[in-house]
Amino acid sequence: MSPEKYSILIVDDEQVVRDSLVHWFTEEGYEVEAAASAPEALSRLASRELDLVIADIRMPGMDGLELLEKIRSEQLDTSVIIMTGYASVEGAVRALKQGAFDYVTKPFDPDELSVAVRNALEQHRLKRENRLLRQQLAESFALTELIGQSEPMRRVREQIETVAGVDSTVLIEGESGTGKELVARAIHRLSPRRFNPLVVVHCGALTETLIESELFGHEKGAFTGAQYRKKGKFEAAMGGTVFLDEIADISLKTQTDLLRVLQEREIVRVGGTQPVKVDFRVIAATNRNLSDLVKEGRFRSDLYYRLNVFAIQLPPLRERHGDVPLLAAHFLEKYSRQMNRKFTGFDRGAMELLVSHNWPGNVRELENIVERAVVVGREPLIRAPDLAINRPSEGSEDLSLEAVERRHIIRVLEDFAWNQTQAAKALGIDRVTLYHKIRRYGLKPPERTRTTRA
Amino acid sequence: MKLPAWVAGVRLVPVGGLPPELLEEISRRSGIPVGSPALDPSPAYDPARDQYDSTRLLLELKARWEGRVVGAAGLDLFIPVLTFVFGEAEMGGRAAVFSIHRLRQEFYGLPANRDLLVERALREMLHELGHLAGLPHCPDAACLMSPAHSVEQVDAKNAQYCPACRTRLECLPG
Repeated sequence: MSPEKYSILIVDDEQVVRDSLVHWFTEEGYEVEAAASAPEALSRLASRELDLVIADIRMPGMDGLELLEKIRSEQLDTSVIIMTGYASVEGAVRALKQGAFDYVTKPFDPDELSVAVRNALEQHRLKRENRLLRQQLAESFALTELIGQSEPMRRVREQIETVAGVDSTVLIEGESGTGKELVARAIHRLSPRRFNPLVVVHCGALTETLIESELFGHEKGAFTGAQYRKKGKFEAAMGGTVFLDEIADISLKTQTDLLRVLQEREIVRVGGTQPVKVDFRVIAATNRNLSDLVKEGRFRSDLYYRLNVFAIQLPPLRERHGDVPLLAAHFLEKYSRQMNRKFTGFDRGAMELLVSHNWPGNVRELENIVERAVVVGREPLIRAPDLAINRPSEGSEDLSLEAVERRHIIRVLEDFAWNQTQAAKALGIDRVTLYHKIRRYGLKPPERTRTTRA
Repeated sequence: MKLPAWVAGVRLVPVGGLPPELLEEISRRSGIPVGSPALDPSPAYDPARDQYDSTRLLLELKARWEGRVVGAAGLDLFIPVLTFVFGEAEMGGRAAVFSIHRLRQEFYGLPANRDLLVERALREMLHELGHLAGLPHCPDAACLMSPAHSVEQVDAKNAQYCPACRTRLECLPG
């Protein structure tokens, strides 16, 4: 690290201090400027980027702490060290609390000053490097997870790139297991909001009362068990993105609340009265046909139009069979690495089975099957018997616990016409566990039951 | 060590508190002649700190000498924002000053060591001379131009400029 690269601004109303420090830091090889007051410092910072500001705590007019506050509130990219004229614990604590990197007491021990400056600049450099790397990483990885050379996938990637930069609401439609969350993550990572959080809400996994408090937060004592005030997902997103998965599963009451948040851009916590301003982008996803639900009166049309500003249709895997080998190879590589196993590929029989399968559970089903194969298979190749896919030609039943559980869940779900609450009760598990199992096994209701459910 | 040609015009001027035989040895070993008369440091004295303002000493030296000059002192030097300095120089200017006060082992409660003191004094003087020639601090910790805020750091240096700093010194106009 050559100190010549760094620039330092000395802010002090005393000429002798400015001169001494400018002289000293010039000798140390830094590029040094001086300002006699906080406003002068701010105008210098407005015109050029400086790595470090060393400011006196006591100055007439705007003091060092006010300058620090201004630098922080304007999010200027510079580190700050505060100088105090005498050892004032109170001033030092205030400086550190307000985000100063360090404070030094005049006169400085040369070694201490030198170390404080070196550390501040090193931290500044690391922060900048970290930001740059995160940006590069986000850009390079955002789309590579969406594997597929097929035309529909190419179109999806193009749509993601188009919509990421604009702040509009996105509706992702696709069957279970097609990768809707991956698309949402890719959009977030390519968007200007990428340095803020992406908050994921699985609407289907939450009961109506829970979803309200999850989304909007709650005040202390809002309901039994609400011991603390809690921020909701919209508040937690803080300038980022809220991904509402399984949006079709929310009740009409929550739909109304959600619509209001999308329109007003403010929320009221459960049990609260004060509206709170929130800044977020919404990406919603569903495995159902929302326009059908609108016609049936089960989804508010105004909310539907709010969400459906830009729609991305994710193709089911059976419509892009050509991508199966690529995806299978990707998951094989991923799980081999995770489980430290040395698989090099699939033998011919395994590959034929993979390509001929109908994939009702889509990419998630493929991922689960490959993961299992990596556990049970013998290196270096995955063979057909390692794949938990029912082969009609052989007729033999897969007796693994997983396969039995999957079949049993389907049976019970069908018995209750896919009413998940009743099915969960019959299975002796809670609805959320059932929900996760349905996702895991890539189960979906047959067409006829979907339309008769109301 | 062989010093660049432009150093030939530099004079070593006693500033106070430095035993004459030490000044002689530093002059002999560095090849820089002693100039006279000695500088009276009293205008730079700060009674509140019981130290001498090195920036003020540089001004006094420049007022009394035409050419390049290095003041050699045995006084406790400071600049207003720092608790002390080993020395100070005008970057690319005419005057520099250094002191043996905090280079002495006795200052740290240790037994005196004359040879070590001369070594440290020579390093400190050559360091300030480098600044006088316009060299900033060097990131190479073994180079004479690396910053030193403690005697340990002075001792850790080589008694030489690193090749990069030497090249820059030799290229300077005489």
